[in-house]
Amino acid sequence: MTKMTVGQPIKRVEDKRFLTGRGKYTDDINRPGQTYAYIVRSPHAHAKINGINKAAAEAMPGVHAVFTGDDTKDLGGIPCGWQVHSKDGTPMAEPRHPMLAEGKARHVGDPVAMVVADTREQARAAAEALEIDYQELPAVSDTGSALGDGQPLVHDDVSSNLCYDWIIGEEADADAAIAKAHHVTEIDLVNNRLVANPMEPRAAIGEFDESTGEYTLHTTSQNPHVIRLLMGAFVLSIPEHKLRVVAPDVGGGFGSKIYHYAEEALVTWASAKVGRPIKWTADRSEAFISDAHGRDHVSHAKLAMDENGKFLALKVETTANMGAYLSTFAPCVPTYLYATLLAGVYTTPIVFANVKAVFTNTVPVDAYRGAGRPEATYLLERIVEKAAREMGLAQDELRRRNFIPADAFPYQTPVALQYDSGDYLATMEKAIELSNYESFEDRRQEAASRGKLRGIGFSTYVEACGIAPSAVVGSLGARAGLYECGQVRVHPTGSVTVFTGTHSHGQGHETTFAQLVADKLGIPMENVEISHGDTNKIPFGMGTYGSRSLAVGGVAIDRALDKVVAKAKKIAAHLMEASEADIEFENGEFRVAGTDKTTAFGDVALTAYVPHNYPIEELEPGLEETAFFDPLNFSYPGGCHICEVEIDPETGVTEVVGMTAVDDFGRIINPMIVHGQVHGGLAQGIGQALLESCVYDESGQLVTGSYMDYTMPRADNLPSYTVDDHCVPAAHNPLGVKGCGEVGAIGSPPSVINAVLDALNPLGVRDISMPATPMKVWQAIQDAKMSQAAD
Amino acid sequence: MASVSMTVNGKSVSGDVAPNTLLVDFLRENLRLTGTHVGCDTSQCGACVIHVNGKSVKACTMLAVQAEGADVTTIEGLANGDQLHPMQEAFREHHGLQCGFCTPGMVMSAVDLANTIDNPDEKTIRHWLEGNICRCTGYHNIVKAIEAGSKAMQAGKQAAD
Ligand code: FES
Ligand code: FES
Repeated sequence: MTKMTVGQPIKRVEDKRFLTGRGKYTDDINRPGQTYAYIVRSPHAHAKINGINKAAAEAMPGVHAVFTGDDTKDLGGIPCGWQVHSKDGTPMAEPRHPMLAEGKARHVGDPVAMVVADTREQARAAAEALEIDYQELPAVSDTGSALGDGQPLVHDDVSSNLCYDWIIGEEADADAAIAKAHHVTEIDLVNNRLVANPMEPRAAIGEFDESTGEYTLHTTSQNPHVIRLLMGAFVLSIPEHKLRVVAPDVGGGFGSKIYHYAEEALVTWASAKVGRPIKWTADRSEAFISDAHGRDHVSHAKLAMDENGKFLALKVETTANMGAYLSTFAPCVPTYLYATLLAGVYTTPIVFANVKAVFTNTVPVDAYRGAGRPEATYLLERIVEKAAREMGLAQDELRRRNFIPADAFPYQTPVALQYDSGDYLATMEKAIELSNYESFEDRRQEAASRGKLRGIGFSTYVEACGIAPSAVVGSLGARAGLYECGQVRVHPTGSVTVFTGTHSHGQGHETTFAQLVADKLGIPMENVEISHGDTNKIPFGMGTYGSRSLAVGGVAIDRALDKVVAKAKKIAAHLMEASEADIEFENGEFRVAGTDKTTAFGDVALTAYVPHNYPIEELEPGLEETAFFDPLNFSYPGGCHICEVEIDPETGVTEVVGMTAVDDFGRIINPMIVHGQVHGGLAQGIGQALLESCVYDESGQLVTGSYMDYTMPRADNLPSYTVDDHCVPAAHNPLGVKGCGEVGAIGSPPSVINAVLDALNPLGVRDISMPATPMKVWQAIQDAKMSQAAD
Repeated sequence: MASVSMTVNGKSVSGDVAPNTLLVDFLRENLRLTGTHVGCDTSQCGACVIHVNGKSVKACTMLAVQAEGADVTTIEGLANGDQLHPMQEAFREHHGLQCGFCTPGMVMSAVDLANTIDNPDEKTIRHWLEGNICRCTGYHNIVKAIEAGSKAMQAGKQAAD
């Protein structure tokens, strides 16, 4: 009998190649005859391009071609995959997003030209010889003021820079509840702009085979089929059967590698023009000005309560920065992935949100780990913590009074979503226990004796992932379906290759999915190969983001396995001369129920391909099945993160001394991988709260354009984490799984800031914005001292 | 063009490079040893860490010609045939990697740490990794892996003595 692997911390199958330097990332691949592209980018935030003189660049050694917007203007623009409508029913403003600037550059980094040469160095040298006549224009980069009178227009045809003005809920109901509430807590928040910064910079290799007319693109993508669809159908008009997209090993994504980017289309298109493969690899500095950024919200919120602290209504106004153009999923992030989560884990009966999305002269903003849900959680958990202080209640007590109880599921929120399952009180109780919350005051006093300020902060959250139901997302503006595809190919000798439309760029699918297959078929994991990332191999797929791989893609594989077993049972019944209804399948063995007559899985597989003794009239030979899975609902992980910090009031330095996360992932296939995902998310959440910020100056220059200025979390900025779970199976998929990729980044930021504010509360500090850098903390302490002295 | 020779993973190699060719580019492009990665252009990320004469070096901070005559080890040269180096094994055992992009640099840096300081504690490890960025793991399991890998290397050394 093979050992069951589901639920076990099985070591990862993929590790060996990465540990020995044998991973194959896009930039590790060289194609025969390959040339190199250099993308010339606008150094200005906003500029008219009066002319480009290519002559000198074209004459440089090794140069094959120089392309500008004039060459690509008849091709499609980079498409947006989601259409949001404003409250008056009008569709969002959707200005053309050209591959190469057409007469105007709209952000620092906007591609203006592409030089193709024999070597990288030659392409770069020729780029410097390109004469571009820019006429600088005034720019707007600040989210909060983009709609203001007299602001420069990012797109001449989009008045007042407004992309859409969207609402959810009934404003009048919220206003009425607020007007008669016992207490109303108000808050102003900025959710800081971040750069995803996967360690592998983006890269792409385009190539054209003249003999077959087929294009191949190797690219650093989380979803090669989506790229094939967007680029083939909307930008370059290449039909699917003539376009292959391969996403090999990819070095992290965190959202930033979901989107279709201009460079992918440029190298693909130009490879036919030049007649040679073309490779482009981003420098890190280039990544900062060309990878889609994340977050960037400015919000004002009001929370109405009765005398017991029961939440009566929440009203939120948010301005969300879209950047200069609409990236693939950008419009849905601050709407359907944000405002629909504003009920959070609470029974708030009335929620109203108004979201205005604005264009600015900055890099496009799109989903970054969590996407919308971290922004919702940050807003809720900050205002709830503030409300607790104002009401004189402990941070856990106010939450207890408002949690959706465990017996209330399925729970319909006032903002469209229906949560399937969860137990928010239980996750909080467990986190309270693991974080030693009860003895916190002792630690605070001990820290005080060393001159340190210690604080503890909570965040209790729910998120929606496993993205998901096509009919729902379609009605909300998605221009694609969001199901997933799995194909199981049983080979004649009984080994199995699984083709999945999801993509692994760190998540360990080659292990988790193999566990599912091994257990279901009763075969060793070594006999299972998981294949992903190549549109010529995989039937179809929507890729990996929104913590969907297992909850959607894993279920598709599971369904395909069911079909395989069903067919195999028919073959086994024939072999054992029994009725199909009497066949049982367990541990890789088919058995005639109640007898000791058995046949092994491998024998059935062989029979399927060598059908000498076979029910050929009723059954086709072969053993290969495909399934598509489109769930009826999202999945809803939730949990509680508790952060403990110590602040040095002399320097403003905040040290995270404790980070406890208890999450509900639904059923867990591999706890080692799941907890590893949480660790990574927590680091990004702590990063957002204390270290990371993407800053533009008033002229639209990116101030934080390298690792010298953008503070990436490093090992010595972070603690070891206490990670555990309390799981309630998901109700909308047969595996009961919920998702784990984003929870760390969603739940943790407000817990960190709440801890900082808890530490600073005795000094009178009531607010601090992310990232709470030493400078900001120190300044807040000084300001509080000044105002206390003045009182 | 300048010609350069060195020992890489125990083999003598030579090649013609531009005087400004970085060592990392020589390894990746001339020798096609693509396990050494490039994650930044400001020498901050550590994805490119290799050993030059036994000490960890960021291969993007060194010119190929500066490695003339040097003994270079890259991630491809660390395992003993099919048998992983104890530090590689510890990363696997403790789930110290996810996407794998930072991993070669992390492992090479960790091996140098274990060679330099006996049984480093968590604080020492975190401090040592100041020059290696990982965006996936949150460092928690990397730190655990390096603690265990250092112990295993120590034990291996004692067994050999
Ligand atoms: S490539 Fe980043 S430090 Fe060398
Ligand atoms: S494992 Fe992905 S960057 Fe470290």
